[in-house]
Amino acid sequence: MHNFMESIAIPTAALVFSLLIFSGFVAFSGNNVLEVLAAIYQGAFGSWFSWQNTLVRAAPLMLTALCTALPARSGLIIIGGEGAMVVGGLCATLTGISLNGLPPFFVISSMACSGVLSGGAWIAAVGALKHYRNVNETISSLLLNYIAIAILNFLILGLLRDPATLNKPSSFPIGDANMLGTIGTTSIHAGLIFGLVVCGLLWFVIRRTTFGFSIDMIGGNIRAAQISGLAVGKLIIITCFLGGAAAGLAGMIEIAAVHGRANTSLNAGYGYAGILVAFIARYNPLAIIPVAILLGGIRASSGLLQRSFDLPDATTLVLQGIIFIVILASGAVYGRLNWFKPKGDSP
Amino acid sequence: MNTVSPYVLEAINISKRFGELIALDNVTLKLRAASVHALLGENGAGKSTLVKCIMGYYQPDVGEVLFGDRQQAITQPHDALLLGIGMVYQHFTLIPNMSVAENIILSRPRLPLIIHWRKEMAELKRRMQGMPFQIPLDAPITSLSAGEKQKVEIIKQLLLNTKVLILDEPTSVLTPTEADEVLGKIQTMSREQHLSVLIITHKFREVMNFADEVTVLRKGRYVGSARVDQVSPPILAAMMVGHEIINTPLQRIPTTNPRPLLKIADLKVTDDAGVTALTGLSLSVNSGEIVGIAGVSGNGQRELMQVMAGQRAAHSGSITVNAEAYTASRAQMRRHKFHCLPEEPLRNACVASMSVADNLAFRRFDRPPFAVHNGLLNRKAITQRAKELIHRFAIKTPGPSTPVGNLSGGNVQRTVLARELADEVDVLLVANPCFGLDFGAVADIHQQIMAARNRGTAVLLISEDLDEILELSDRLLVISNGKLVHETTPEHAELTTIGKFMAGH
Ligand SMILES: Nc1ncnc2c1ncn2[C@@H]1O[C@H](COP(=O)(O)OP(=O)(O)OP(=O)(O)O)[C@@H](O)[C@H]1O
Ligand SMILES: [Mg+2]
Repeated sequence: MHNFMESIAIPTAALVFSLLIFSGFVAFSGNNVLEVLAAIYQGAFGSWFSWQNTLVRAAPLMLTALCTALPARSGLIIIGGEGAMVVGGLCATLTGISLNGLPPFFVISSMACSGVLSGGAWIAAVGALKHYRNVNETISSLLLNYIAIAILNFLILGLLRDPATLNKPSSFPIGDANMLGTIGTTSIHAGLIFGLVVCGLLWFVIRRTTFGFSIDMIGGNIRAAQISGLAVGKLIIITCFLGGAAAGLAGMIEIAAVHGRANTSLNAGYGYAGILVAFIARYNPLAIIPVAILLGGIRASSGLLQRSFDLPDATTLVLQGIIFIVILASGAVYGRLNWFKPKGDSP
Repeated sequence: MNTVSPYVLEAINISKRFGELIALDNVTLKLRAASVHALLGENGAGKSTLVKCIMGYYQPDVGEVLFGDRQQAITQPHDALLLGIGMVYQHFTLIPNMSVAENIILSRPRLPLIIHWRKEMAELKRRMQGMPFQIPLDAPITSLSAGEKQKVEIIKQLLLNTKVLILDEPTSVLTPTEADEVLGKIQTMSREQHLSVLIITHKFREVMNFADEVTVLRKGRYVGSARVDQVSPPILAAMMVGHEIINTPLQRIPTTNPRPLLKIADLKVTDDAGVTALTGLSLSVNSGEIVGIAGVSGNGQRELMQVMAGQRAAHSGSITVNAEAYTASRAQMRRHKFHCLPEEPLRNACVASMSVADNLAFRRFDRPPFAVHNGLLNRKAITQRAKELIHRFAIKTPGPSTPVGNLSGGNVQRTVLARELADEVDVLLVANPCFGLDFGAVADIHQQIMAARNRGTAVLLISEDLDEILELSDRLLVISNGKLVHETTPEHAELTTIGKFMAGH
């Protein structure tokens, strides 16, 4: 029980502490702290309109967070969500462009498949490098991010470039017919449903299946997994594949639900923010959902801050960065707080 | 000890509960200055918990700790260190890829912000001369044997000007010779340098030879204290378990038509550093036979075990089980009923953060009734079976859902034993199965291994305890420098010959 308390109390305290530091930053820039904080709340959760904005941003975060959270359960720290998302989005765009004209349902499904497969393969490669050649997974996944972004730029500035796009070079569009719709009368696109379903599904896989059990064994103690005869390498690669597939799906959704074509909006930092979401959620796929909504809210409030206070666009990124560092530091506190230690009858 | 010295450390009426489980119930322990005090008790009796309460690692629910007549608020190990109470824990706490010197210097409770390494090293070298053991200061920890690591742990504490030294099973990973050396030096230091030592051990020999006083715990309760010259091992044993001990001798049933189950041919293996650890090792084990491999630790035993358990790849050579090439895959382990009791079970065979029930399920979680519909876990069945095994193998745990890392050392061992021996076993691999177990548990494990052999299991027993090998084996091999250098049977064994081969002459 105290474990559960701890895993809620510590991130909450860390978030509050981050807000304090952020307040110092705001005060330094000459703004009224309370007004800015109120505006962030307003821009994130203050109205139905801001809720919609928040949820639209939360959807890809849920998926990219899984790209860090799943491999982390098997003991790998992977920060390649950004790259997997770019690759997934890019391959989905290619699929969309080449199948344009066929029945939309078929095109959209094919785009989803190619996003999932390419993103999965991208991160599976990281797992394979780790297992077979003992290449550090954190570094290789980071480098793969740069490679993915380079490929994206290469294609949208060259082969795929739509000459009609002048100030923001982009690929040819996938076609309006092939766009994912919104939910009901809202501006929330179907990507949110994907995010929720995939998080729920993977939570189930981790908690209830023998596969999830094996992954926890490997992450907990690889020697114990080996002595039980588990195919450690194969399982690690599959886990990486699943994580990458989620991020690849996020890329496909950004294309098919928001941008309609591939451009640099694909690497807007959802992949990196996803790492933060995964850390705060302590790699639990269900906990990822509320955390992604929270972070999505912070991102959504950025526009309002810019308009009302003339604060730069990067302000919310500063807040995000502060949270990141405080959360990382708070990891050292787990299991050390006296008031969570087993005392009398509540261990 | 001729004159009775005053108490330096007193733990009075300590009680400690973990949830439902009462780990300590009103226990008192008094340690005299300049003496060696032994703390005895079965696995799970609460010895480690008691010393962790003294160190401030746990807070006792009731009771107080007096240090030099004054009640001291020790709320964390740091406080204890500053008072001059140092502890060597049951598991090594050294940082493996740092050097001996770095480990020692970094362990100081008050480190300056910037470490002046050259000055520190010079100081350390000077002070090492007064130490009972000498260890090369620049050696990385990974290159040390268990005995040397234990010495580093002790030196680490002594260099902090410790007045009270607490040792939790310091000798369970040492050979008898190493243990005698370490304890002998500590005994001398306690007399000459006014060091007070509290030592937890399972070995009566060590209590009788090196301690002045002894305190016995049983199931979390205080049983009694005595001067060592007034007790004897049988008395201590009876105090520990609460009744007379009846030793049932091992029953060895002659094996009918043995067939070779396990064959190793020309196995070559390199260790972590890339150095050859096994240089072409061959052996075979028949059904209903225990083959013991004796040797000084660090002669390739660990690597042999790791290869067989699937934790390390062989360089060349072959392992055959039941006339089939063996690759340590899960399917093969199941088909050949191949099971393993590795040394250091918490490190090698358990996931500390997972529950006892989960750890007990590692062999069978993916088979019915624990897995249903191709891959869904049946938690109920897992818990149910855990309850059975906990009962059958007398594992002391608050419940099946307790993380296995919270169990006492001996009970972690029992958990692995239960998992590996509960079902039918054809090939059993055992390495140092009795490290850290109380005498009752040792007898019990020996019975279990012998019973498995009598049922037709082929047992390969790797142990650094020669007595254990002589007692259990049908055939005895000596390993030295990664090679088998001698073969004999316990009846024909000559200790001097074996000793010579073990030493590599
Ligand atoms: N952190 C904990 N949470 C729950 N139970 C615990 C915890 N630590 C110890 N226990 C339980 O308390 C009891 C006493 O454990 P302790 O480690 O003190 O035994 P011990 O006498 O040192 O045994 P051993 O000789 O096997 O090391 C055991 O039953 C153990 O399962
Ligand atoms: Mg103990």
